[in-house]
Amino acid sequence: MNALIWIIGGLIVMLAVAWAFRFAAQKATNDKPYFRDMPLGVAFGYVFAAAALLFSLWYFFQPQAVDGVPQPGVIFFRWAVIGLLGFAAASWVFRTVFRNVGTENSKKLFRSMPLTAAFGIMIIFIYAIVSIFAGLIAPYGQEEILGAANVVAGGDPALGGNPEYPLGTDQIGRDIMSRLIYGAQNTVGIAFVTTCLAFFLGGSLGFLAAVLGGWLDQLLSRVVDALMAIPSLIFSLLLMTIATAWAGSEAWLVTIYMIFIIAVIDSTRVFRLSRAVGQSIVVMDYIEAAKLRGEGMGYLIFREILPNALAPLLAEFGLRFCFVFLTIASLSFLGVGIQPPKADWGTMVRDLSQFINFAAFAPNVAVTPLLAAGAIALLTVAVNFVVDWMLHKSSGLKE
Amino acid sequence: MAGLSKIILQRLLLGIATLFAVSIIIFVAVNALPGDFAQSILGQGATPEAVAAIREQLGLNEGPVTRYFKWLSGAVQGDLGIPMSQALFQSFAGSSTGGDVTTVFEQIVPRLKNTMFLAGVSAAISVPLAVTLGILTALYRNTAFDKAMNVTTLSAISSPEFFLAYVLILFLAVLNPVFPSLSNIFPGMEFSDRLNKTMLPALTLTLAVTAQMMRMTRAAIINLLASPYIEMARLKGLSPMRVIVKHALPNALAPIITVIALNLAYLVTGVVVVEVVFVYPGIGQLFVDSVKIRDIPVVQACCLIFAAVYILLNLTADILSIVSNPRLRHPK
Repeated sequence: MNALIWIIGGLIVMLAVAWAFRFAAQKATNDKPYFRDMPLGVAFGYVFAAAALLFSLWYFFQPQAVDGVPQPGVIFFRWAVIGLLGFAAASWVFRTVFRNVGTENSKKLFRSMPLTAAFGIMIIFIYAIVSIFAGLIAPYGQEEILGAANVVAGGDPALGGNPEYPLGTDQIGRDIMSRLIYGAQNTVGIAFVTTCLAFFLGGSLGFLAAVLGGWLDQLLSRVVDALMAIPSLIFSLLLMTIATAWAGSEAWLVTIYMIFIIAVIDSTRVFRLSRAVGQSIVVMDYIEAAKLRGEGMGYLIFREILPNALAPLLAEFGLRFCFVFLTIASLSFLGVGIQPPKADWGTMVRDLSQFINFAAFAPNVAVTPLLAAGAIALLTVAVNFVVDWMLHKSSGLKE
Repeated sequence: MAGLSKIILQRLLLGIATLFAVSIIIFVAVNALPGDFAQSILGQGATPEAVAAIREQLGLNEGPVTRYFKWLSGAVQGDLGIPMSQALFQSFAGSSTGGDVTTVFEQIVPRLKNTMFLAGVSAAISVPLAVTLGILTALYRNTAFDKAMNVTTLSAISSPEFFLAYVLILFLAVLNPVFPSLSNIFPGMEFSDRLNKTMLPALTLTLAVTAQMMRMTRAAIINLLASPYIEMARLKGLSPMRVIVKHALPNALAPIITVIALNLAYLVTGVVVVEVVFVYPGIGQLFVDSVKIRDIPVVQACCLIFAAVYILLNLTADILSIVSNPRLRHPK
């Protein structure tokens, strides 16, 4: 109740300040149109933003520990702010470098790029490198059980850490940093393979339906309609039940089945798009010309339709990848996805989630489950930023 | 109006046909279990008597077509069979244990109500929030506010739900104990208490769906801003807020309603992960638990209910957008 009174009081004060600010600005600038026509809401927005900024600054410089007791709120806030600013600075540097290095075309691309897209491309680069060279980067093996279990992150022996394991170890003594790095290989790699499979399946069937039309088109479309009527996470959970029964005691088979199940479920969405795009291309004159030349079906699909459908399909590929990646992570989180002992981010979040409850007195401990979940979120956010920019660029939306 | 009711009837029939197709898919999928499913549930150490008892209980001795229609007609009447766990128990204890057998239906109904409550609370928060923010971002498009909202919503859409859930737990349950992090809902609870315990999962879902709805609202309004009649309203000297709320919004309603209905469908079906994180006793939790122990009758029933809700909401979206848009009501 007390907090509510504070919030309402604060809002009223800010409203008053906003009114005063507008009044003063009108007087000081002699009724410039911008201030004369400014609604109170906009003035309030400025005041609110300024207040939030001031509060953040004040909170940022609060002491991190009072009488030796750590203040987790302050510590997490500092980490978040430093992380955010660090990423922004890194992507700015990344963009600046590629504005000056590279071919003429790539330079031009980077010149018109917003910071968010540069951030996305940078993160995708980093993830690709980490997942390809995971074996070289990781200090320990992903299944290697080391001497010490439950080592706290941070590497400070006074707090229960160990400098040999900078991010600590899990309940049975596996190095968390190595598992995070191998997780990039397993989770991202499997999601990528699944998306490619879904695109191959959905794309070729969609184009085939668009080119041939007739009963094949009708049949495929109705099947896809029915498959899409079941929510995809529910459907994949149902199929995974059956897959685990088929796989029996062989855990790696479950992963293989999962790839196929998610690929098939997701190919329905790809089918819809590629069919629609294909249909609008099939009626073009150059397709007619190619048909009259006597070209075969393969030539039509891969040499005539595909190049012209590439732009929307590429954007869809990014979105599908995010979706597949999140589905796999959710399945693993629920315990039916990628099977242990392979390191995987979804499983790691579930296994480490209990540590969050220690946040109030040991901020270092609480951060480990969030690291794995954050690794998932970071990649999907990055891909979405890039896709958003691509869509914006290709649609030519200016307003 | 005759045309309208005809269209609605058409859509309804289409929806029922889809549901029928979905039930076939679910049935076929479940019957793709290796070998006999009584055997595969009980494992290799099962005695032939136990397998026979389970088979008898689940009616596995009949052909697949008969079984399908039995299941379907049962499902229509609300009889979804008995859970595998109950059948197992009976086969060991003998079938004379008495009448207090929990059927799948009895197991699902209270949980479905809980899930509906959770989805309702999150919808009550997220829909007004999303529409307001959508209007505001359309009004102040391309300002710092709009760009900040764009980045925030994109991040919220793309984060996995369990990440959002744990961040919320960290800040609202562990560091500042505002809401409980475990939602132990039970029947006969007071409404305020129940609301308090539902708040964290509801907020997680709100974060997940608000962004999508807000972006669609913004896009739908901005799409209209180039139309001549908006230009006219502007030239009349109306304030930007009035132009958007009174002139643009009514015409943008159809896409907004569609995206709201789609997101509600997502709320009901996407709760699985959130319910597991917060141990919320909803149908999603039941579904995941049954998947893990391979309790086929429950999995089958949950799947069918999820699909039915999903189809129903999609249908509603379809019909509402036709009703709100005269151009769709009178197709050329």
